[in-house]
Amino acid sequence: MAKPRIATTSLAGCFGCHMSLLDIDDRILQVAELVDFDRSPIVDFKRITARCAIGLIEGGCCNEENVEVLRHFRKNCDVLVSVGDCATMGGIPALRNLVPLEECLREAYLEGPTVHNPERRMPDDKELPLLLDKVYCCHEVVKIDYHLPGCPPSADTIFRALVALLSGKQVDLPYGLIKFD
Amino acid sequence: MANDISFTIDGVEVAAAPGQTIIEAAEAAGIYIPRLCHKPGLEPFGGCRVCTVKSNGRPCSACTQPVAPGMVVENDTEELRALRRDLVELLFVEGNHFCMFCEKSGHCELQALAYRFGIAAPRFDYTWPARQVDMSHPDILVDHNRCILCGRCVRTSRQVDGKNVFQFVGRGHEKRLAVNAEADLGATDAAVTDAAVGACPVGALLKKRIGFATPVGRRPYDERPIGTDIETAAARKE
Repeated sequence: MAKPRIATTSLAGCFGCHMSLLDIDDRILQVAELVDFDRSPIVDFKRITARCAIGLIEGGCCNEENVEVLRHFRKNCDVLVSVGDCATMGGIPALRNLVPLEECLREAYLEGPTVHNPERRMPDDKELPLLLDKVYCCHEVVKIDYHLPGCPPSADTIFRALVALLSGKQVDLPYGLIKFD
Repeated sequence: MANDISFTIDGVEVAAAPGQTIIEAAEAAGIYIPRLCHKPGLEPFGGCRVCTVKSNGRPCSACTQPVAPGMVVENDTEELRALRRDLVELLFVEGNHFCMFCEKSGHCELQALAYRFGIAAPRFDYTWPARQVDMSHPDILVDHNRCILCGRCVRTSRQVDGKNVFQFVGRGHEKRLAVNAEADLGATDAAVTDAAVGACPVGALLKKRIGFATPVGRRPYDERPIGTDIETAAARKE
């Protein structure tokens, strides 16, 4: 029987949650026995290649590419999990939600005290994904099945969730594993 | 005063003194009713509604409702647990709560309630309101992003400190915490030794230069859910 596949991605995040996934230490060998990794920073596929049992999403959506990738994951994963505070509530990138986008860009590219930009250009290359008006957590964009909060969620939280999902159970986090910091 | 009033909470017989509120009688009996705006020693406020129970079938806030003989109180029911979850989730989306860099994290009663209720993420859309931070006072900061309008600082300043530093202004969703001065907290007679500073359940009112003094793992709510002290104090008495 083919192994179930897992896909992971980091949207508007810092890869800290992926570091926490690696922090499950030698238990990663158990995970590798049970699953095949599809699209993930670990294997570097750019698109999901086959139907996945589990999709792990780190980070929220700050630009149109994040939204496209998130929808691609939703379409191709049976169970989609928000991993970390950025995915579940926007996290640090969502700090910009407290400032209008235009003001944010002006500060970053024109008026900040350390900015050197004599041509006064804003990023306008067509290759660059457009920024959204604000940063959205994942469940404001697609349906999310489970949330693993934390900055980052502990390795134990991620491992426990993976084991539960791979054995066809619900993810049920005990008291000590729900943390918002 | 004699504990001569008898009533039930979730079918358990509880003895109470006349004039006690439901939350006080429950606490004395080792039954935890979740709460945010209630703080022993302060006048009841009934603002947060997290302590909502059903008394003889009607919803009321346990921190304001006095006990009565024969009263039948429902507390830990599926319906009330769901209502309290909703209230806590709404508080999270109504303000800007960045737990990952908040100094109060691990000590915060709002966060602790979310942990106790098993809330992994709020189901409601975030509102990202524009709120101010007041750093004008040399020793105290006010971060309105985190304020949940429980009024504990307002009441503590008035009833414990004998000052009148804080006050609410505005109505409905425009209600906010204000200070009793033309400008900001720095222009009031607030002092870092005021009990009001420590009365805040969240990180809206903080002493400066404390930072993250307690390591992760040793903070009050890292291992033990909020309310455990109330539940275990009664178990020890038995």
